Amino acid sequence: MKTVSYSRAIGFFFVGILFFISSASAVEIPVLNSRVNDYAKMLSPATVQQLENMLATLEQEESTQIAVLTVTSLNGANLEGFSMKVVESWGIGQKGLDNGALLLIAKNDRKIRIEVGYGLEGSLTDLTAGRIIDNIITPQFRNGNFNQGIVAGVSAMISAVHGEFNVQDYSSSKDKDSGKLSGFFLFLGVMLLNLGNVFYKHRVVASLIGGIIAPLIGWLFWGPQLFIIILLIPAGLLVGFLASLLLGNMRTTSGSGSGGFFSSGNSGGFSSGGFSSGGGGFGGGGSSGGW
Amino acid sequence: MQRFSQIGLLFLSLILLGGCGYNSLQVKEEAVFKAWGDIESTLQRRGDLIPNLVETVKGYAKHEAETLEAVINARAKATSVQLSTDDLSNPAAMAQFQQVQGNLGSALSKLMLVVERYPDLKANQNFLDLQNQLEGTENRINVARQRYNKAVEIFNGSIRKFPASLTNSIILHLERKEYFKADEAAKAVPKVKF
Repeated sequence: MKTVSYSRAIGFFFVGILFFISSASAVEIPVLNSRVNDYAKMLSPATVQQLENMLATLEQEESTQIAVLTVTSLNGANLEGFSMKVVESWGIGQKGLDNGALLLIAKNDRKIRIEVGYGLEGSLTDLTAGRIIDNIITPQFRNGNFNQGIVAGVSAMISAVHGEFNVQDYSSSKDKDSGKLSGFFLFLGVMLLNLGNVFYKHRVVASLIGGIIAPLIGWLFWGPQLFIIILLIPAGLLVGFLASLLLGNMRTTSGSGSGGFFSSGNSGGFSSGGFSSGGGGFGGGGSSGGW
Repeated sequence: MQRFSQIGLLFLSLILLGGCGYNSLQVKEEAVFKAWGDIESTLQRRGDLIPNLVETVKGYAKHEAETLEAVINARAKATSVQLSTDDLSNPAAMAQFQQVQGNLGSALSKLMLVVERYPDLKANQNFLDLQNQLEGTENRINVARQRYNKAVEIFNGSIRKFPASLTNSIILHLERKEYFKADEAAKAVPKVKF
């Protein structure tokens, strides 16, 4: 009876947090669905497919991420400001490499912007981006050829950034991250080992403490990242419980030392259905134009 | 019993370490300095473009010596005023910095308006390229300024919030930082007589 009310209270707590997160973003940013986000319906299905293939190949070979976004109207917003908000929330490009770029088209405003991530600013310079808009995309758009214009523009962007990065860069930047991850689990493991040792008789207390310690340590390692911290609460609860269970068994039977709770610490399983951005950074590089 | 107190002590130290703001305040101040560095480098970038731009315009628009002179002078003034990270807490130094940079910005936008009178210049590829780079740089300055102001807002807020405010007044003594305001001169549309 009591456990039911507990779980209900915890449930409310999580719903509250989720609500808080969703209400935090007031500016309307289009959802990142895939590499080509044709909200203004400017492209034919065949073109969308063609672009998707081109951009997927680019990412597979070089880890560089380019996305396309068409919107019907900016609703009076400033082109550069809107574009910046989109790339900041989408986070195109790999984290640490910042190798993302966005081609943004506002149909009714007749405006084009290429937004370039920090890592690509050397090859896709403001100048190159400006020339792609003025000399490649705009002439096609003036004749109403949106499909050709966007394909030609994206091709030009790809050839500009081609060879700037390769997959090795990406995997070596990931290694650094996983170093931090293994440090975190080592730290957490030692803490929980002690915890299980002390609280082997009080499993509920152990799991509760685990649920508090895990996000705390996560906070120390990664800073205040709400998503990771929330994820670590149930993980810590579970691991704390397992620790007390296993170590409790180890004490009473004093034989079958399996200590296998490390394997349950796999909280990093962020699944990606289709396209997922890597969290690259942008600093306002790129160029704007119109037709 | 002793085990409980051990765990309790461990908790207390963890919470104290994370909660008093000793670490986070310094991290936030460092974020302000980094954001300031980005502003400086974008402003530097703008300054570097100017000699080339002036040379290109000179070749076509000989009658605009006055406007060009204004840009050159404004650039010289802007590069002469430099701020250290300590000056970020100094309203007077910050205001002066913003003023010289604002003057450069408005001198530049005046020049870009004057240029409209010279179709040959506007067709020149070299000029178009410079215009492109200048626009990109202005946009970068904008982004860097917004990010700096955001970092300042976070920092200024956190040195006033309890319990970090206590930590700051007793141990750290970090000062509040000045915002980098959008230049008043640049907001007003420059008047050009045709």
